[in-house]
Amino acid sequence: MSWFEKLIPSRISTFKKKGAVPEGVWIKCPKCDAQLYRAELERNLKVCPKCNYHMRVSARNRLDYFFDEGTSVELVNDIESIDPLKFKDTKNYRDRISQAKKKTGEKEALLVMNGKVFGVPVVVCAFEFQFMGGSMGSVVGERFCQAISYCIEHKLPLVSFTCSGGARMQEGLFSLFQMAKTAASIATLDENKLPYISVLTDPTTGGVSASLAMLGDINVAEPQALIGFAGPRVIEQTVRQKLPEGFQRSEFLLEHGAIDMIVDRREMREKLSSLILHFQKKSKLNHSYE
Amino acid sequence: MDSTFLEFEKPIAEIEAKLEELQYITDESGEGLSLEIARLKSKSQAITKNIYNSLSDWQIAQIARHPMRPYSLDYIELLFTDFSELHGDRMYADDFAIIGGVGRFEGRSIMFIGHQKGRDTKERVRRNYGMPKPEGYRKAQRLMRLAEKFNLPVITFIDTPGAYPGLGAEERGQSEAIASSLFKMSKLTVPIISIVIGEGGSGGALAIGVADKLLMLQYSIYSVISPEGCASILWKNAELAEKAAEAMQITAKSLKEYGLIDAVLQEPLGGAHRSLEEMADSIRSSMVKSLDELLAVDKNTLVSNRQARIADYGEYKKN
Repeated sequence: MSWFEKLIPSRISTFKKKGAVPEGVWIKCPKCDAQLYRAELERNLKVCPKCNYHMRVSARNRLDYFFDEGTSVELVNDIESIDPLKFKDTKNYRDRISQAKKKTGEKEALLVMNGKVFGVPVVVCAFEFQFMGGSMGSVVGERFCQAISYCIEHKLPLVSFTCSGGARMQEGLFSLFQMAKTAASIATLDENKLPYISVLTDPTTGGVSASLAMLGDINVAEPQALIGFAGPRVIEQTVRQKLPEGFQRSEFLLEHGAIDMIVDRREMREKLSSLILHFQKKSKLNHSYE
Repeated sequence: MDSTFLEFEKPIAEIEAKLEELQYITDESGEGLSLEIARLKSKSQAITKNIYNSLSDWQIAQIARHPMRPYSLDYIELLFTDFSELHGDRMYADDFAIIGGVGRFEGRSIMFIGHQKGRDTKERVRRNYGMPKPEGYRKAQRLMRLAEKFNLPVITFIDTPGAYPGLGAEERGQSEAIASSLFKMSKLTVPIISIVIGEGGSGGALAIGVADKLLMLQYSIYSVISPEGCASILWKNAELAEKAAEAMQITAKSLKEYGLIDAVLQEPLGGAHRSLEEMADSIRSSMVKSLDELLAVDKNTLVSNRQARIADYGEYKKN
């Protein structure tokens, strides 16, 4: 599980090294090194127009991309973290939270919104990776479950975009039990026969992968996302061999039957709204961006 | 004999070694010798008590991982009669790191599921050090479905360093196997009692631990990540596992205080491995008590109580 949050620091530093030109007009694609015009990249939903590499996006951007403009309302953002264990490593957990808040402008690692996609009403959860690695503690678990309660109350489908290293160590067993809590909540959504589409984005690992992310009625992944239970480094240390190329990437998961499909970020709205309509036995609604 | 003592138990080991030596001496009179033996025995007891009264969290973790610590199969022999082990997930393989089967407990048929570690090197390898692969969790789910069909209470014993982080395990969907176990257990219509008997290693433990009653042996541990893993991430140094163990609060006592488990089962002086029978007796009586309680409510109440209990996990503030 989240022992392989180990890979997070390395990933962050790699990312920083490669994306050398940080705030300028030009951005270098971490995959193909192409120099990209920032505004064009933004218009392309942070997908490299040259090589289709899907760069990481913030939870808020993700939700902006996804909903019909002006239809979304944020839910359950009144729930915030406390420090049940008075946890201290090299820093206090409380300080880590306030830093994460400052860095991201978000209050926690999961955002929940209600809105429309091509006119189809839907509740969407999105993980913020920059908030402590998108790790799941009590607040993420509770927000996710409240999103489901909202779905049940209003008979709405649920979509989640996961982007997380796993459970949050600083809340100890409270975090681990969020896996059970979110899974149990999904079981209730299931009983209510409401669709749940799980979209796995880069990276989705550990306790998040081994709970809410893998429990979709439909599991979707963005191209080339790292998805797995254990992180590559932990596996390499355990089995003492080099991992094959493409191991634990979306394409690998599709080949091994773990996900239904890989969907390009730019086609996500269309694909997901179309899937939801099948489950609701409705024909296509208004296909315009209103 | 020496090998069964942990580093911090050295003073006990020294006295026990002396005691063992005395066994081989034949004293003509017998008098002085038996007095000496009695004296050493009570001294050993006193020192053990002293050491065990002030164990650090890290020391408790070591007892939880003790090579002589009783495992699922040791308890099965003492707790159940007519036990039949059931094998395989019907899809891919049988995982020896999770065992399961039907047995009779105090006159009632039950379904047992538990992690299993190996005692010697060969067995340890065969049991994969108690680290299950997806097929282990899928076997567990199959047995839970069976239990539900025939209305058998489910008893699970938790004792794993974690789910296995290997290539095959990833290929066959370790995440899905754990996630669907959690999903299944949350709505299972029969009582579930889980007891952490040794190591509760993160998702690999929880996957058979979503329960109506969650109990822990006094010197068992339950954590979101191993102390070593936590230390290597947060302090960049696995040597600081001791510090990480304290910070994460992984002992039965702490977790009971946080209301995350229902009860702590006292262990015999010096740990469960010092007296398996005594430990099994205590497990038996708390299992009887929990089962009686859970069997008294109807299925709907059972499941909705479990749901409410799970929904309650977590500490946060609402603004």
